[in-house]
Amino acid sequence: MSPTQWDLPVELCCRPMAFVTLTGLDVVYNAVHRAVWDAFCANRRADRVPISFKVLPGDHEYPKCRPKRTSYEWYIPKGILKTGWMNKHLNLVPALVVVFYELDWDEPQWKEKQSECATRVEIVRQSLQGRNTKVAVVLIQKKTPLPPGEDVIASERAAALCNACELSGKSLFVLPHTDHLVGYIIRLENAFYEHAQTYYYTEIRRVKSHKEFLNKTTHQLLFVRHQFKIAFFSELKQDTQNALKNYRTAYNLVHELRAHETNILEIKTMAGFINYKICRLCFQHNTPLDAIAQFRKHIDLCKKKIGSAELSFEHAAWMSKQFQAFGDLFDEAIKLGLTAIQTQNPGFYYQQAAYYAQERKQLAKSLCNHEASIMYPNPDPLETQTGVLDFYGQRSWRQGILSFDLSDPEKEKVGVLAIQLKERNVAHSEIIITLLSNAVAQFKKYKCPRMKSHLMVQMGEEYYYAKDYTKALKLLDYVMCDYRSEGWWTLLTSILTTALKCSYLMAQLKDYITYSLELLGRASTLKDDQKSRIEKNLINVLMNESPDPEPDCDIFAVKTAQKLWADRISLAGSNIFTIGVQDFVPFVQCKAKFHAPSFHVDVPVEFDIYLKADCPHPIRFSKLCVSFNNQEYNQFCVIEEASKANEVLENPTQGKMCLVPGKTRKLLFKFVAKTEDVGKKIEITSVDLALGNETGRCVVLNWQGGGGDAASSQEALQAARSFKRRPKLPDNEVHWDSIIIQASTMIISRVPNISVHLRHEPPALTNEMYCLVVTVQSHEKTQIRDVKLTAGLKPGQDANLTQKTHVTLHGTELCDESYPALLTDIPVGDLHPGEQLEKMLYVRCGTVGSRMFLVYVSYLINITAEEKEIVCKCHKDETVTIETVFPFDVAVKFVSTKFEHLERVYADIPFLLMTDLLSASPWALTVVSSELQLAPSMTTVDQLESQVDNVVLQTGESASECFCLRCPSLGNVEGGVATGHYIISWKRTSAMENIPVIRTVITLPHVIVENIPLHVNADLPSFGRVRESLPVKYHLQNKTDFVQDVEISVEPSDAFMFSGLKQIRLRILPGTEQEMLYNFYPLMAGYQQLPSLNINLLRFPNFTNQLLRRFIPTSIFVKPQGRLMDDTSIAAA
Amino acid sequence: MAVCIAVIAKENYPLYIRSTPTENELKFHYMVHTSLDVVDEKISAMGKALVDQRELYLGLLYPTEDYKVYGYVTNSKVKFVMVVDSSNTALRDNEIRSMFRKLHNSYTDVMCNPFYNPGDRIQSSPGGPYFLCPYPVQVGPTSCVRSSPGGPYSCVRSSPGEPYSLCPIQSRAFDNMVTSMMIQVC
Repeated sequence: MSPTQWDLPVELCCRPMAFVTLTGLDVVYNAVHRAVWDAFCANRRADRVPISFKVLPGDHEYPKCRPKRTSYEWYIPKGILKTGWMNKHLNLVPALVVVFYELDWDEPQWKEKQSECATRVEIVRQSLQGRNTKVAVVLIQKKTPLPPGEDVIASERAAALCNACELSGKSLFVLPHTDHLVGYIIRLENAFYEHAQTYYYTEIRRVKSHKEFLNKTTHQLLFVRHQFKIAFFSELKQDTQNALKNYRTAYNLVHELRAHETNILEIKTMAGFINYKICRLCFQHNTPLDAIAQFRKHIDLCKKKIGSAELSFEHAAWMSKQFQAFGDLFDEAIKLGLTAIQTQNPGFYYQQAAYYAQERKQLAKSLCNHEASIMYPNPDPLETQTGVLDFYGQRSWRQGILSFDLSDPEKEKVGVLAIQLKERNVAHSEIIITLLSNAVAQFKKYKCPRMKSHLMVQMGEEYYYAKDYTKALKLLDYVMCDYRSEGWWTLLTSILTTALKCSYLMAQLKDYITYSLELLGRASTLKDDQKSRIEKNLINVLMNESPDPEPDCDIFAVKTAQKLWADRISLAGSNIFTIGVQDFVPFVQCKAKFHAPSFHVDVPVEFDIYLKADCPHPIRFSKLCVSFNNQEYNQFCVIEEASKANEVLENPTQGKMCLVPGKTRKLLFKFVAKTEDVGKKIEITSVDLALGNETGRCVVLNWQGGGGDAASSQEALQAARSFKRRPKLPDNEVHWDSIIIQASTMIISRVPNISVHLRHEPPALTNEMYCLVVTVQSHEKTQIRDVKLTAGLKPGQDANLTQKTHVTLHGTELCDESYPALLTDIPVGDLHPGEQLEKMLYVRCGTVGSRMFLVYVSYLINITAEEKEIVCKCHKDETVTIETVFPFDVAVKFVSTKFEHLERVYADIPFLLMTDLLSASPWALTVVSSELQLAPSMTTVDQLESQVDNVVLQTGESASECFCLRCPSLGNVEGGVATGHYIISWKRTSAMENIPVIRTVITLPHVIVENIPLHVNADLPSFGRVRESLPVKYHLQNKTDFVQDVEISVEPSDAFMFSGLKQIRLRILPGTEQEMLYNFYPLMAGYQQLPSLNINLLRFPNFTNQLLRRFIPTSIFVKPQGRLMDDTSIAAA
Repeated sequence: MAVCIAVIAKENYPLYIRSTPTENELKFHYMVHTSLDVVDEKISAMGKALVDQRELYLGLLYPTEDYKVYGYVTNSKVKFVMVVDSSNTALRDNEIRSMFRKLHNSYTDVMCNPFYNPGDRIQSSPGGPYFLCPYPVQVGPTSCVRSSPGGPYSCVRSSPGEPYSLCPIQSRAFDNMVTSMMIQVC
């Protein structure tokens, strides 16, 4: 957009910087000069001093200085601020003119050069006559200068040059053209900056000095002007604090001016400028609250200063600009690091700017509605001689006139007319939309989604006024869903109404229909007469006719639209529109409800479709079809009426295809499910309702799932919460709210009519072939076919169970790992009604614990449902939990030949292994046989024959065996020596003959084997008799490889006399045996202690008598003396 | 006093909204709706402060050129929004606060009505449906009696099994309350 009257001037909005001109540089042809100039102006970073440079020729004419006024007494100012003033001091009148001159100190023609330089300075001085502008000279030198003071010629010649040019030494600079150009330049410009600041300081002093001549009556305008100038110079001087102070004073002064309709625009314009400067500086000083406060004050002061009523749109335009400018400043400050908040961000200012722009449009519309015959005045009263105004904010046709009376009312009238006619050509909508979109961008940033939507609605409406219907529709359509989802129906209706107009004017069929559908629906807050009109239009559209125009539309646009609609009618083509309703609230509601959450496959699936229309008049639909996840069923659920297009309105209240407003229509559908779908879910994926028909236009409303639209979930929630009683309705009617959508149902198999019994004797015993008898009996009326049995471990239990459970049909052989845990689909054949069959299953459980077993019987049967023959698969399952227990416990122990418990056995010395089998089974067990498998390290002393063959054990009974074993010396074995296995073959006593015997293998414990140096065993009779000799022979065997010294002594006993060596010391050679013979003579009867044998091995002190006692008897039973001598006693003697 | 008073449900749809009939109704609807942005922010900023320490009054939501919008939120997240003319300097924070409190009391009465279903729009238009009273009204609306001021209403039933009638009293009470708050301006 080109700048308009209301845009703030560029020179006001820029950051004022000291203006310095550079002369004597030939930047086009001289490379050195070019480099110097580039160093000044290229890539100026923020840390360089704020100066704006300009290259000018040495003889440039600067603006002339007006002669100094000696007295203000007769001076009457013509306005507040001249339009050229700011630009003059920013870009025309320099603070400093720099004369560049190429001159080295050792210049041979020094005199000539010096005078040329002086001339140049003089020319510059001439053109700056009367101004305080400083002049400086920069000598561009080829040589690097010597340090100060060392070059005598240089200091001499410098002094001479200063003298010739009438310069102070501070204004002469040397610029060696060497490598460090940029460094020199930065030092130079810092020096320039100081000169410029001095210049602006003197300017401020100069302006201030005028003040004392002014008086309050005639020079009110000058007070403002001077104050503004001081502030502006302060800004040029980069003294922003003082600038702000002075602008504030200026602002107050501007409002002290006497305002009248003739000068109000000038006052507002200046107030706007100064306000802009203040706000800008406040943001710059990081005091945004001050800026906001100033702006509020400004708006409050100026809001009511409308000025001429005929030009009130100007006020609105100005207000709009104020807000926009502030918004821009605010936004800029944010970009530089300021943080804004949700309730205070630039968006509000843009929004308000847009609001005033809208007001400007309204005012312009009512004030500028001149007849077309009124011509723009000639000559143009808005033209001035120079093309610009002299003072800001004045009227071109009466510039500089301060009188409040209109000297020339005719001229005034023409001027106003010209402004009004110009205003008529302003693209207001464009301005409004720009402002609104600025605001939208801001509110998006500050978490205001609703504000954003609201502004987008306004944008849409503005596009509608601007006749850009496509954009309008796009925006409105975008925000509609926000209002819909939050349930703000009044707002939604208003948006929809505008959208409907747009779609009408563009003859957008689908949009037109969609918006009509929703405006007729329950979310619409339109009155019934409006709804009637829309419904009538909708029916017209469906019958391929043009709808009536929407009210309040532009007449020309309506004409265009009518033509478009006419074209649409003649245009054949796709006239079927499918509209998904889940995103909006149409005027027909739909709910689908299956009668039950599941149906058996042999009964027909039934469901209802409920429809309700919310429009004011009855409406007829042409087709209703329901789609399922299994599309095979779609064909069964269609209602179609072969009606002609014009029948839509005929007999409206009759037939099931007609929806009466407010009444719930129920449509029943029925179909037989496919047998393949048993166990699957049947789901209604969509319901399609067609309005109109194919010969005209057809709209298909498409509900996803079992109905429901954008508003229905909230309604369902409310209905569920409600505890209101609903008034009674006639039997065949239902309350809409009470219908709950049920869009899916399960198809389950037919109820089986057979019985399955299980017969068994729990618990199962580990590893046995446990027998499970399954009895199946048919109670069906007809023959059942293909009966199959699946039996075994119920899936889904512990994985270890699966590996330790095996099922077979054949009980005669033991099953191993290769047998499955579950036998599937064992064909059993057909069954006639009432017939019964029995099947035996054998289960082998390898571990104890409880298991769930499943017996599942399936079969096929022919059934007639809804006159259709179908084959139903039925099944019945039984589960049983069976506990598995150990059949028996086996205890094993090692004892000495004296039946004393042994911790360890001694090498080569016989010991006893005792097994004890305790039945834990509740059922009688038969131990078929037992077997001892010895490890190679063990040898048997006698025959290993089973002692428990064919023993029957009842619960709690036990069977024991005893084996005499010997373990040869093996040296020291860690952890003991393996003994071997004990194998028990057993079965249930009740089990049948052909059931295999189970072999249970028990691993015998390891035993620790110890070597002993000396083994002693005694030969003695089993009993003695009083006063009969009792010969006892002790065998002492040396088990070591050494010769052993043995000390033997026999302690006397009260019960015996004895003969033999009482104490002896002897040697036994390795591996040999020594016999000791004693003759004991019992004195007393009874169980008597034998005279104890003590052996002391000199080499093995560990060999104690206690150990000895293990091997030899310590006592013996002595019988009393018999009356008769029998053979045995004689033999013993 | 107020130029627009609105009650907004927890789910942010309007339960009740009334504005001075002279003004553009739609404008206030938009104003109330947009103010919910600020309400949402304030509620989420409030976080999980202890329920009894929570300040229900949200204060000034946002100022526009011509109006001030104030907010209040109940513990059940029902929001009250009040729009006041900017030029009305008589209304300070304290007055607004007490107006909200009155409104809250009145709303609580509506909630106490056993025939009001929480979440339903509070009907205010004179032609609109009233709450359904399950008991027949004996002598006009006076059969709905209030035992104590501010207490719940109870209905007197003449005989069991009779048809239900409409109980207009409760919705009117709320409506009248709002009207009284709005009338004092004009």
